[in-house]
Amino acid sequence: MRDGRNGAAVEKGGRPMILLHLFISYLKIGFFGFGGGYAMLSLIQNEVVMQHGWMTNAEFADIVAVSQITPGPIAVNSATYVGYTVGSQAGGLWMGLLGALTATFAVCLPALTLMLLITRFFLKLRNNPIVEGAMQGMRPVVIGMIASAALLLISPHGSAPGERNFIDAWSWLLFGGVFVGSWRKVNPIVLIVLSAAAGILIYY
Amino acid sequence: MQPLFTLFWSFFKIGLFTFGGGYAMIPLIRREVIDRRNWIAERDFLDLLTLAQSAPGPISLNTSVFVGYKMRGYAGAAASILGVVVPSFVIILLIALLFADIRYNPVVDAAFKGMRPAVVALIIVPVISLARGMHPALYAVIALTAAAVRYLGWSPVWILIGAAAAGMLHALYRLPKKEAPTNKKCGTDETERPSRKEGDR
Repeated sequence: MRDGRNGAAVEKGGRPMILLHLFISYLKIGFFGFGGGYAMLSLIQNEVVMQHGWMTNAEFADIVAVSQITPGPIAVNSATYVGYTVGSQAGGLWMGLLGALTATFAVCLPALTLMLLITRFFLKLRNNPIVEGAMQGMRPVVIGMIASAALLLISPHGSAPGERNFIDAWSWLLFGGVFVGSWRKVNPIVLIVLSAAAGILIYY
Repeated sequence: MQPLFTLFWSFFKIGLFTFGGGYAMIPLIRREVIDRRNWIAERDFLDLLTLAQSAPGPISLNTSVFVGYKMRGYAGAAASILGVVVPSFVIILLIALLFADIRYNPVVDAAFKGMRPAVVALIIVPVISLARGMHPALYAVIALTAAAVRYLGWSPVWILIGAAAAGMLHALYRLPKKEAPTNKKCGTDETERPSRKEGDR
């Protein structure tokens, strides 16, 4: 299954170059990934599939599917996965680990540096009326953005292909249960674990 | 020594249980950072989310950097972001190395069928509880933003910039009107320029 990939376009220029390309690609993804989540998908796809030919579209779809069943931001997940895959193709296990580390570090770097700048700026100027004005303007908009993410997850055609969030009455029952639990401040980790267990009982 | 590890551990838990995109971690972060540790005041929680939205990168990374820096400076930021990233890094590596076929596993599939609607509930509850603290006139802004992002496909970046500009103008001119103008959509293009000039000075 993996062997098919070796026929695909492999970048020239040896191992250090591959790490460099991984680093630059994921730096870009981390830097321009405003809006997070699925907004990043086309950006990642463009870098990984179109620009570098590191994998095919089908393999990319596999990564998206894996990202959906693993915790963490999809940008970070894809960085680790793509970095490992590209590295190990070029030079085995250790090169794969190095590739995963490189890409993951690169994707986090813009968030780390820019967020540090914003944090320092904000902590220093939080009482400035202009900064407070900007915050006042943005607060309701941010709530609206979170609401739009929820809308996207509810609508049947909105979520990723073949991965609908609500498939039957059980889904809505679980939704209602978790809603009430979360509203009453039950530990969200408990709610996630319980809903996973319920899913296994219901669907397996 | 201890607080650095506590930061790492708190965000490790958050990173480990953030399924279904960044927003699902909002209840988790609220519990860890506000209810359990008191690192951030309840009323500052929305500001934390707002700042996290205004930087590129996943919201979970951005919140971890803010909280970490606020508590322990640069070392705290590093410990926190490491905590968020390490769980997904290790899990993805294990999958890539050993369990490439895990997503075809029927037990995993069933568990995720149960978790997906749960994640939606975990995103909706904070929307309601955060909106409840706002002036009712701003409900319209919340609804319009949600509709513009979801149904018109407007970029969150430009909406945020427009809203920030509108808020700054409002603060500058101190209009007798109570709220910033809700026409931030039309305002995006016009109000954006002056705010940039201010930045240049």
